[in-house]
Amino acid sequence: MCGIAGIVQYRGRKPVSRQRLAAMVDALHHRGPDETGLYLDNRAGLGHARLSIIDLSSGTQPIHNEDQTLWITFNGEIFNYPELRKNLEARGHRFYTTTDTEVILHLYEEKGEACLDDLNGQFAFAIWNAEKQTCFLARDRFGIRPLYYTVLDGTLLFASEIKSIFTCPAVPREIDPVAMDQVFTFWAPLPGRTPFKNIRELPAGHCMVVDDGRLETRRYWQMPFRPKADQLDWAPRRIAEEIQARLKEAVRIRLRADVPVGTYLSGGLDSSGITALVARNFQKDVKTFGICFENAAFDEGIYQRRMAEFLGTDHVEQVMSNTQIGSALPDIVWFAEKPLLRTAPVPLFLLSKTVREHNLKVVLTGEGSDEVFGGYNIFREACVRRFWARFPDSEKRANLISHLYPYIFNDPRLKRMMLPFFAKGLDQTDDPLFSHLIRWGNTARIKGYFSDDLAAAVSGYDGLEEVREGLPAEFSEWDHLQQAQHLEMSIFMSCYLLSSQGDRTAMGHSVEVRMPYLDPDVLEFAGRIPANWKILGLKEKYLLKQSFRGTLPDDIALRPKHPYRAPIVESLFGGDNREATLALLNEAALREAGLFDPARVGRLIKKLIGGAHPGETDGMALTGIVTAQWLHERFIRNFPKNEPPGPEPGLVIDRRNEMN
Amino acid sequence: MPDNQTIDPSTIREFIVETFLFGDDTGLAEDTSFMESGLIDSTGILEVVDFIERTSGARIQDDHLVPENLDSIERITRFINSLAAEAPAVE
Repeated sequence: MCGIAGIVQYRGRKPVSRQRLAAMVDALHHRGPDETGLYLDNRAGLGHARLSIIDLSSGTQPIHNEDQTLWITFNGEIFNYPELRKNLEARGHRFYTTTDTEVILHLYEEKGEACLDDLNGQFAFAIWNAEKQTCFLARDRFGIRPLYYTVLDGTLLFASEIKSIFTCPAVPREIDPVAMDQVFTFWAPLPGRTPFKNIRELPAGHCMVVDDGRLETRRYWQMPFRPKADQLDWAPRRIAEEIQARLKEAVRIRLRADVPVGTYLSGGLDSSGITALVARNFQKDVKTFGICFENAAFDEGIYQRRMAEFLGTDHVEQVMSNTQIGSALPDIVWFAEKPLLRTAPVPLFLLSKTVREHNLKVVLTGEGSDEVFGGYNIFREACVRRFWARFPDSEKRANLISHLYPYIFNDPRLKRMMLPFFAKGLDQTDDPLFSHLIRWGNTARIKGYFSDDLAAAVSGYDGLEEVREGLPAEFSEWDHLQQAQHLEMSIFMSCYLLSSQGDRTAMGHSVEVRMPYLDPDVLEFAGRIPANWKILGLKEKYLLKQSFRGTLPDDIALRPKHPYRAPIVESLFGGDNREATLALLNEAALREAGLFDPARVGRLIKKLIGGAHPGETDGMALTGIVTAQWLHERFIRNFPKNEPPGPEPGLVIDRRNEMN
Repeated sequence: MPDNQTIDPSTIREFIVETFLFGDDTGLAEDTSFMESGLIDSTGILEVVDFIERTSGARIQDDHLVPENLDSIERITRFINSLAAEAPAVE
């Protein structure tokens, strides 16, 4: 796993500056501390910072094809590369490394853009065709690996992280008001957008072609959901067995690495299932890592230990204190490059440091399971509300809601007060966004903290409308659960979980995460499972749980979902962090960034410091405001200038003096 | 035993405006429904209940926790004042 960067002059040509490209690569040092490489010619430059995982000795990038007309810089893993390589060799391709990187290059030679259909992996790459002077960039189906770009005077600059692009002084650094509106509604900028004006993200499942003066982006993959008529009519047991078989294969190929691989173990079904598949089938003494909390309300330690003992893994648990979480938040913002609405990415960031200290570079995680197999409350909530909407006066139907949210309804006195919230919008079942309207509406309340200027800048903007307009053509053919899954996966999972809480928190300490639940073959199969088997009645992830019966102890396999969260107010206003938070949110600092209204933020602080019971909204608002302030501080106000150059690259291909 | 206080609608208005409306009371009438207008979310109701219990000095009975008593400034005022009326005289 690595960092990539590049410069393509798609209008006109002049030699690419080595110093400029090297600075871009150096900004990605944390992603690839092992070695760097550069390719330069009269029109393009490709850079690479490497975290060596496969072919440690000869895998230095950029890598070329047989006649050195194609050059690639690649971040990620192609898990099915041995199979692909065999086919390519049979067709006469010759390889000079044993990497997965070189396989992509030859597959591209063979099939062009269609090579993407064959890749089972998590990746972002750029291929420069020095002969035709074209560039091809692509990102994996879910956007597990990042890729950003900007266009400046006929030059395309791209990189794994935005900070790399910002090393070019000519690139303006400015917060995008629409992105703020989106983060404060959907938790992340919508696909394609970033928090910064004119910096774009290549969306998940998209590729880009840069061809003589032209830049074209297109989607190459869509969620493989099948309409009801094409769904499986198998017995649930058979479906559960097939899920288990596909997951096992997904795990097997994700253990491919020339370094040891560990797993994250939260104590819940998803990560326990993955760990069990590893330990039982492939690697008996696998090293596992788990997060525990000083704050007992968030802690799942007891279940982790139970699983670790049950499977006999070599388990490392790390206890996170409130103070640690608060003080690491600025670093998270530096790596995530987005405001956050919760602190949950922080413990994962701290955990990745521990992983490195135990000399591991790669871990498997349970990410994606809730989205693929129907684990989230938002899916069940939509089901219940749809059922309730048919008879809005039915008390029995209404009462189903309280089963979903025991922690909201734990005071039975409040039932009659709470239900009207979920009754809101029962007449909107025809809205394609029905499943998510309550959540997004609640989140958007925190836009109330925007400064007048920011509020004015987004006054005509409607994020929900943008989502509706961007829905794929197939959307209307999918069942309601698939529609909700699509919304959840394309926005929250891709743009927040896999990014701010995934790649970035792990890569901040040079650790690569791999997600078996997001394997394309698992997805393809899950896309054919009828909704009523994914969630049976109100039982979430019904079939997935069935598929792990026998592999996992019942109290783990059947345990109700425990949402992974981390403390907010105690972390930011507790102990030594209080002063730093107050300084960040003082009136002058807020005015300088111009994003939030100081009087309103002042009220929030007063309320939270005063010990008032913080509502959900307050926690999101506080995290959003603090992290947006950090984003401004680290990327706009105080972006590091003139960093000292990094180590000499291990590989430099300089063709700038050759005629081309 | 603490006496149950009567309350002025402006006190409730101030609490709602400060706690949920960022200090801006535009569009908040005495009879605006908190839930229908979306002014307050589900966890916000906990804060309203906490506020009423603190101000009135009374623990609210389970069967009083209904929208009819809590869903607007007007309703809360009427509710708290009815509690005060039933309370024992000040010692």
